[in-house]
Amino acid sequence: MPYRSGLELSHLVGDAVEVSTLTSSLADVASSGATLRAFLHGLPGIDRVGADQRAATLGTRSIKTSAKEMAIDLAISMVDLTTLEGADTHGKVRAMCTKAQHPGEGAPRVAAVCVYPDLVAVAAEAVRGSGVKVASVATAFPSGRSSLEVKVSDTALAVAAGADEIDMVIDRGAFLSGDYLKVYEEIVAVKAACGEAHLKVILETGELSTYDNVRRASWLAMLAGADFIKTSTGKVSPAATPPVTMIMLEAVRDFRDQTGRQVGVKPAGGIRTTKDAIKNLVLVNETAGGDWLSPDWFRLGASSLLNDLLMQRQKLATGRYAGPDYFTLD
Amino acid sequence: MSRLAVRKTYKLYIGGAFPRSESGRSYAVTSSKGDFLANASRASRKDVRDAVVAARKAFPGWSGATAYNRGQILYRIAEMLEGRRAQFAEELGGGKRSALEAVDAAVDRLVWYAGWSDKIASVHGTANPVAGPYFNLSSPEPTGVVGVIAPADPLLGLVSVVAPVIVTGNTCVVVAAEGAPLPSITLAEVLATSDLPGGVVNVLTGHQRELAPWLAAHMDVNGLDLTGVDDTELALSCEQAAAENLKRVLRPAAEDWRAAPGLGRMTRFLETKTVWHPMGV
Repeated sequence: MPYRSGLELSHLVGDAVEVSTLTSSLADVASSGATLRAFLHGLPGIDRVGADQRAATLGTRSIKTSAKEMAIDLAISMVDLTTLEGADTHGKVRAMCTKAQHPGEGAPRVAAVCVYPDLVAVAAEAVRGSGVKVASVATAFPSGRSSLEVKVSDTALAVAAGADEIDMVIDRGAFLSGDYLKVYEEIVAVKAACGEAHLKVILETGELSTYDNVRRASWLAMLAGADFIKTSTGKVSPAATPPVTMIMLEAVRDFRDQTGRQVGVKPAGGIRTTKDAIKNLVLVNETAGGDWLSPDWFRLGASSLLNDLLMQRQKLATGRYAGPDYFTLD
Repeated sequence: MSRLAVRKTYKLYIGGAFPRSESGRSYAVTSSKGDFLANASRASRKDVRDAVVAARKAFPGWSGATAYNRGQILYRIAEMLEGRRAQFAEELGGGKRSALEAVDAAVDRLVWYAGWSDKIASVHGTANPVAGPYFNLSSPEPTGVVGVIAPADPLLGLVSVVAPVIVTGNTCVVVAAEGAPLPSITLAEVLATSDLPGGVVNVLTGHQRELAPWLAAHMDVNGLDLTGVDDTELALSCEQAAAENLKRVLRPAAEDWRAAPGLGRMTRFLETKTVWHPMGV
């Protein structure tokens, strides 16, 4: 594996810092802006053509019959059913929560519902006791353009209302201008405000422009304590493209090899069909490995995807093509 | 020096485009005398699925267009068909004179149905007398996506089953006559150049026995025209599958395509919407 060998310590940090052991190196990496920068820019570069081609090749796997049935049920159990619109109402959130708990006959429940902070209380009440988690976007979602105080109190508001998971956005402006320490410190501060809640860090890969930046942002978020790294807000196109998801899966795999800590991945935005979802599962299995094939470590942020999964599920069960007239609108 | 022959590739017509079958299959089409004519695409169930998706996508736009506009477009199809008169006559084969007559009859059939687009509501709708201060009106509405199994008559029969379905605002997926599919693809070329929005008519060529059951069972299809099904057992199983989501079904029956068509084919695929309007004081 070229990436793994490329991530050996001496390659990563070179002569920039003196380090004795692996773990202490990663702990020291964020001690100053310069060391952080040296570390992130020391990460091996990504061959864009190669990454695109690898992701496209994995997308051609044919998953049929019983394997497809299992994949569909696994994908349903990984869905973060999401509504992030200005027009969201209490009623819409409650309806979505009901669907999250009972997506269809025999289908497993989804992993979580994802809403804005002011609707967390409604969602938490609606899914109480069902095992469905409540995730909330926070930190001036989707742009992340606000002060750290506002971001921290936005997070605290959502956690106090009962959110189990917080989806924060990074400051892309600071990241792109090279101020990695600011991004790092914000993630650390939000992580502290999360308390018990899990933290998902949204990299918004559609605005990071290069695959190298995606890898750097992934490592930056993981170093700062993210429990999950997430591709996109869903408000920017392109969102979760297969090569980007693959690069993030490589990052969490390498991070676990280095530190022993496992971090989850959540592609979000643009995953609309069962075929897309199954391609993602193939990417997980072939890149990070079977350990990530669980709702605890891999999620699919989506809204319309769930209906397509349910229609495909019904097609397999009844042998006839399903129609959208028989599934709820959302 | 002789030219290299440029042969036509007969493909499917789905969503306004001419793709090959997803399965990559084809079958040989022969003339009535048994001579090889061409290879036609042999559609699979996944092509049926894609065609239904295309037809569903086209439905809001086509059913929302004004009746006048739909009539104009049907008339435009007739114009385009008229312009290809010689080509169709050659493709239909048989005697030249009877082939030309068949093309003319198909053009006339289109013009006839084009005229009905803005009249069917007046003839088939009603103003209902009710015991209250209301106008109570029933008006015909298109049913949705209709699956059509086309009859063996390759041009006149095809036009006579497709035109009544689309003139009222439905969209359709047509399984062309198995033995003579080539004119249906040439007709698709006419449709593609007639301002008919892509997806309103989708044409599949292949084995009826393979495709019809999938169309009949599809839960996103609202109507089924079995005119071209000769096998009574297949027709029965298709009707039973169609009952699952209460599709409107037109049963197979012997038809004389030269006779006056009547309104039956249009009204079979219409819903009736009744509305109450307060009349004021």
